[in-house]
Amino acid sequence: MDKVADLNNNSLSAQGDAGDRSVSEGPRGEKPKRVLTRRNIILYGTLIVVALYYLLPLYVMVVTSLKGMPEIRLGNIFSPPVEVTFAPWVKAWSEACTGLNCEGLSRGFWNSVRILVPSVVLSIAIASVNGYALANWRFKGAELFFTILIVGAFIPYQVMIYPIVIMLREIGLYGSLTGLVLVHTVFGMPILTLLFRNYFASVPEELFKAARVDGAGFWAIYFRIMLPMSLPIFVVAIILQVTGIWNDFLFGVIYTKPDLYPMTVQLNNIVNSTQGVKEYNVNMAATILTGLVPLCVYFVSGKLFVRGIAAGAVKG
Amino acid sequence: MRGSIKGMKRAGLLMAAVAMPLGAGALATDLEVTHWWTSGGEAAAVAEFAKAFDATGNKWVDGAIAGSGGTARPIMISRITGGDPMAATQFNHGRQAEELVEAGLMRDLTDVAEAGNWKDVVRPSSLLDSCTLDGRIYCVPVNIHSQQWLWLSNAAFEKAGVPVPSNWEEYAAAAPKLQEAGIIPLAMGQQPWQTTLAFQVLLVALAGPDAYTAVFGGKDAELAGGEELAKVFEAASAARDMAKDSNVQNWNDATSMVITGKAAGQIMGDWAQGEFQVAGQVAGEDYTCLPGLGVNEVIQTGGDAFYFPKVDDAEVTAAQAELASVMISPETQVAFNLKKGSLPVRGDVDLDAANDCMKKGLDILAKGNIIQAPDQLLSADDLTQVNDLFVEFFNDPSISAETAQSRFASIISNAS
Amino acid sequence: MAVAKRPFRWHRNLSAKVAAIPMIATAGIVFVGGTAWTVLYSFTSSKLLPKEKFVGLAQYERLWSSNKWLISIENLAIYGALSLVFAMVVGFLLAALLDRKIRFEDTFRTIFLYPFALSFIVTGLAWQWILNPDFGVQNVVRSMGFENFNFDPLYNPDIVIYGVLIAGLWHETGLIMCLMLAGLRGIDEDIWKASRVDGIPVWKTYVFIVIPMMRGIFITALVLIASGIIKVYDLIVAQTGGGPGIASEVPAKYVYDAMFLSQNLGQGFAASTMMLLSVVIVVVPWAYLEFGGKSRRG
Repeated sequence: MDKVADLNNNSLSAQGDAGDRSVSEGPRGEKPKRVLTRRNIILYGTLIVVALYYLLPLYVMVVTSLKGMPEIRLGNIFSPPVEVTFAPWVKAWSEACTGLNCEGLSRGFWNSVRILVPSVVLSIAIASVNGYALANWRFKGAELFFTILIVGAFIPYQVMIYPIVIMLREIGLYGSLTGLVLVHTVFGMPILTLLFRNYFASVPEELFKAARVDGAGFWAIYFRIMLPMSLPIFVVAIILQVTGIWNDFLFGVIYTKPDLYPMTVQLNNIVNSTQGVKEYNVNMAATILTGLVPLCVYFVSGKLFVRGIAAGAVKG
Repeated sequence: MRGSIKGMKRAGLLMAAVAMPLGAGALATDLEVTHWWTSGGEAAAVAEFAKAFDATGNKWVDGAIAGSGGTARPIMISRITGGDPMAATQFNHGRQAEELVEAGLMRDLTDVAEAGNWKDVVRPSSLLDSCTLDGRIYCVPVNIHSQQWLWLSNAAFEKAGVPVPSNWEEYAAAAPKLQEAGIIPLAMGQQPWQTTLAFQVLLVALAGPDAYTAVFGGKDAELAGGEELAKVFEAASAARDMAKDSNVQNWNDATSMVITGKAAGQIMGDWAQGEFQVAGQVAGEDYTCLPGLGVNEVIQTGGDAFYFPKVDDAEVTAAQAELASVMISPETQVAFNLKKGSLPVRGDVDLDAANDCMKKGLDILAKGNIIQAPDQLLSADDLTQVNDLFVEFFNDPSISAETAQSRFASIISNAS
Repeated sequence: MAVAKRPFRWHRNLSAKVAAIPMIATAGIVFVGGTAWTVLYSFTSSKLLPKEKFVGLAQYERLWSSNKWLISIENLAIYGALSLVFAMVVGFLLAALLDRKIRFEDTFRTIFLYPFALSFIVTGLAWQWILNPDFGVQNVVRSMGFENFNFDPLYNPDIVIYGVLIAGLWHETGLIMCLMLAGLRGIDEDIWKASRVDGIPVWKTYVFIVIPMMRGIFITALVLIASGIIKVYDLIVAQTGGGPGIASEVPAKYVYDAMFLSQNLGQGFAASTMMLLSVVIVVVPWAYLEFGGKSRRG
């Protein structure tokens, strides 16, 4: 009982303080009486401990990327760099050679963007409409195809490489950007469709019925009601797809040609060479650099994790 | 034509022709070349190829994909079977591309080879045999990487108070002293190919090149399970003990242990030398290299080769021929192999700039003490099974030398 | 089925059908077609290239007599069970914590999610170092005076799969957390208000009200994690390469190695067919329960 009251109090106060960004980390706020409760200590304590576990590899990677190779060979992975150097970062971005091209990761960056944008948009558009049709406009046979799709989610990609080569060859899209976008759309479809279907299915039925009574059709309901209500799940879908497609290496390299190779091909070339000298600092810098685009998307899209849109929509 | 002066002349003529654009027919043609050489030194070596090829008026379009087997291979095969092949692609010498050739997907280079008189200039000739199917030549060998090397840290032996060994026996005998001094006697990366490498190097050193060829090449299961190899398995078991404190995965992490003196030695191919060089160490002073473990000084003639997928375009076909002859031309061979740290495939070139260890290798090559590499002798499928066996053996002390040997013999007897 | 309850107008259903054409094409052509192709060639002796040289069940016999395959399955079972439970529980707990209207939610959420953005090739290396007894955690703890501290999960065949799990969870729980958070954000604020008014403890509200409402999200998460587990490959390659020995091999790696390292397509297809078969055995009954005749909307 009083736990609930306590919680209620605190969440209200936290809400009240939300605008006050000058308050330093967690519990050590300005108003200790209200903030340093047992609940907050447990809450923030847990979060901080977990955050440390998550940050440890990043720490190792950043520290390593700022060291020179001789220092890395000495082998203390946790020690901060004696002499900070940004050369590995510069090298990873713009100097690392693969074959003739000494342009580092920057070479594939725009290709990656060209692949990413249409693939993400198309796959999410198709899957969200699929999910919507499956959840709200069921028709005979839909379940069968949906089940196949779910089974498809479990097929290791590698097994599908050759059959897809044959299919793309037959429709004349092998080696083209369109072909690659299609491949990403196809492989993103199972999980995304499931994601949207299950989310739309939990949207209050009254909303849907009210719209139908108003005479709205398939597309009208999708765009005017479902879409605006589902921002958080679209964010999850974007996170999934941006990460998956941005980090994809296999499809990008198998279904396109060198002039369309995504950035991950350069990343792979930098970090994955088998026989030459390995530069761990450059590897780490290249990995972090490649991860920056999805990371930015995470951070920006985080603002869309908003509460209460559904409730607002019902009332308004 | 074999060995004739006429042949040499023709080769010379071809080189001359190659050095300049081939007149009217040879417009600048873009050739996409796929390979897996991406580290700093490797990329510099590839640049030599590209430079030489671009000098013919054509253009080298680089399609580098790091990671030889698992990564690059599906890409190459997809591109070739997808009907949109690259113009040239790297494979290891040996049996990896056999099926592509059989399926008629690869271009026959026999005419280029004859014009360039490869039969005479390629040394050892077994390299060309690996490119040959039914008397036709399908690939250009470009370098030789030998695996038969023991790399030793002079500092580690000094610290343990034992002289730097000159062969495997001495090395194994020094192991207890090294351990007392807190040094890991043998550094070993625990990836399957590295364990097989160690085993087959031991096999060549201790049982001799003939036994090696009979087992890997002749698939002699009786020999594989017999007395002679029993002692190799015993040595491998000793090596396992020597390496039991080596906790690294990558070969270069293991090399790094030798460089820093944490470990006394490593069995690894000649590419390990690059790591010593980058660390500023000097052969003979800081580290010692023993080809063939100091016992049987032979080297394996594994390495890389280029294949040329069949294409319809006549221009591309002509440019492919040019690329093939550029790759094997003396100038390119020297420039490329110096950067790559491998040995050239021609016997008629000078490598003055080579360092000590490389010269040792060249010397052995010149004497003709060569054997073929496992991937020239075994199919990829069989080799993977061998790899799996040895990675298990080197990591699990409960597998006895006898058990490992009988499993090895059974793989060999089933090998195709 | 469910629509039967509503006034049935075929052209409305038609637009749903039209909208579902990409899905039908994908399922029918790519997944069914591709799978049938794969199964067919699993009965051949295809090596580097697919060839119609049928050898009956030879590939399957070899598969099941392979020690590596058996170890792979065992590892997948252990890794899968633990990974599923931990990812679900940890993912939900983190989401619930973040949903308590805390400060710096953005920061914490990004910290938990960032591993998902980084490719495994190199983060695997970072974990490999951290878990390495000579220069990772064990070394640090020992140098603090605990000489007998032992922590070398990646180098001990008996526990290596748990070592891999540490990195696996690190990589995927952030995404599950986000998914759960999206689900929690979809829960009507009024429900929380009502449960507060009724004086129901927070944990009870979660367990008995919120979680049942998030059924769809949980199923999505389950499929997401499970499909990831079946396909786990990069993680293993980056961290252990299947080692020590073959102690951390997994089926997807077996398939991949067979296809591209051994150049034995038939063997790889046989292994993938077995994987797919087991998925079908699990998924089809579930789908039947999920859709089977029940008219459930939402």
